[in-house]
Amino acid sequence: MSTFFLFDAAMILEKSILVVVLFAITLTVAAYATFGERKIAAFIQDRVGPNRAGPFGLLQPLADGVKFFTKEDFMPNAAERWLYILAPGAFMFVACMTSAVIPWGTQLTLFGKPVDLQVTDLNIGLLYIMGFTSLGVYGIMIGGWASNNKYSLYGAIRASSQMISYELAMGLAIIAVVMLSGTLSLREMAEQQAGINWNIWYQPLGFLIFFTCALAECNRAPFDLAECETELIGGYHTEYSSMKLGFFLFAEYINMFIACAVIATVYFGGYNFPGLDPNWLGGLMGPVVMFAKTFFFIFVFMWIRWTLPRFRYDQLMRLGWKALIPLAILNMLLTGGGVLVFSN
Amino acid sequence: MSLSLAVFLILGLASVIFSLLMVFTKNPVHSVIFLILTFFSIAGQYVLLNAQFLAVVHIIVYAGAIMVLFLFVLMLLNLNSAAEPKQSARWKLGAAIAAGMLLVTLVGALKGGIQIAVPENTNPQVGLAQNLGRVLFTDFVVPFEIAGILFLAAMVGAVLLAKRDVKL
Repeated sequence: MSTFFLFDAAMILEKSILVVVLFAITLTVAAYATFGERKIAAFIQDRVGPNRAGPFGLLQPLADGVKFFTKEDFMPNAAERWLYILAPGAFMFVACMTSAVIPWGTQLTLFGKPVDLQVTDLNIGLLYIMGFTSLGVYGIMIGGWASNNKYSLYGAIRASSQMISYELAMGLAIIAVVMLSGTLSLREMAEQQAGINWNIWYQPLGFLIFFTCALAECNRAPFDLAECETELIGGYHTEYSSMKLGFFLFAEYINMFIACAVIATVYFGGYNFPGLDPNWLGGLMGPVVMFAKTFFFIFVFMWIRWTLPRFRYDQLMRLGWKALIPLAILNMLLTGGGVLVFSN
Repeated sequence: MSLSLAVFLILGLASVIFSLLMVFTKNPVHSVIFLILTFFSIAGQYVLLNAQFLAVVHIIVYAGAIMVLFLFVLMLLNLNSAAEPKQSARWKLGAAIAAGMLLVTLVGALKGGIQIAVPENTNPQVGLAQNLGRVLFTDFVVPFEIAGILFLAAMVGAVLLAKRDVKL
């Protein structure tokens, strides 16, 4: 039928190890992102932040996890039982799936065998990420609806219309990058940005649009209208408790991690840095640089959250439809013109 | 049995079961969720045919956009058995006859045992984004542009319908 399923045992083993390692890293980063967020919030508000569990409060994520697991798992009487249980799992699943196509480094040679630091190099990698981001909304919608609570439903509706609106501008911003690099594969895109030849120099406007949309897609402040506590109690997760709530909150940090990794790969050269030497040590430096870039953007996400006040919902919609989408189309036209002029 | 055949059988079975569940569940929200699962199993079939671009676009467009709007509307309507309008027997009879005729037509069309000819020298890479794009912009450029105009017209129509108070 196709060459798609011609695996061999060594490859399955290699990819399985890569998947497990990536999962562990994703979950650890997400756990420590919650800690980092509280520390950064404390720094910005001139407080100390969590400092009781372990040295410098470093065991705080562990303590939070234990707390989530031991809390009473409450389910509202009128909830739609199966969908109520399904929603946090679906949200978490979709969040974890996107990391598969991100290249974390150049090819390494381990035990005399070339190993890609990427789970799979789909030739439609960027579209794969867009596809899974567009599915993220189901967890929120189903959870908000199945709770059978009007605040949950309001939160779910806000979240889904926000995500649909910002996905459009995000896709249009991505199209400009695809036109420039002529590929949808994230590995090829990273390879083209060798040294300091990053896409950000060609796509500054596209980057700003993509970054704003990424904030909105992750439901982060100033676009966190879906869980705006002054109006909606907790939004779509009002009725959730225990680890189900934990899944919703945790998946948000996974989404943020992946969004930042995508920003780093698409606009900031991924694992590339001037003087990258794809041999042994340089090859190991690739992932380090990649993670440094990703963490920097996570920091910017948090910085924005604790600096800017929340938008009003009509302002959010106006920004998405009347500012970002026209700007993204303009950016696309400019890029098309640029490609036409400079490629000939 | 090769691995791809096994995957094909699993996906095929899944799509049949999910589409049956979609029809037979009473709750419209559950129906939408089963329809989404059906789309996923069909997208898996596209991947088996090495048409990854088609698979992911199928997911983005149908599961990621259209079904979200479906779910959106259903949640706001909050349909349940108490609010459902009672259908008269005449309507039910009419619907049964119409659907039955469609069934007869379909069975009649398929009974002849249509042999789907598999072209000998198809390029197995034809489903990849680059090849698909090249074909769309050379061999099929006129239908492609016409489809674009159709979309534009639909968009303008949707905006016009949403703004009812605009004088033409």
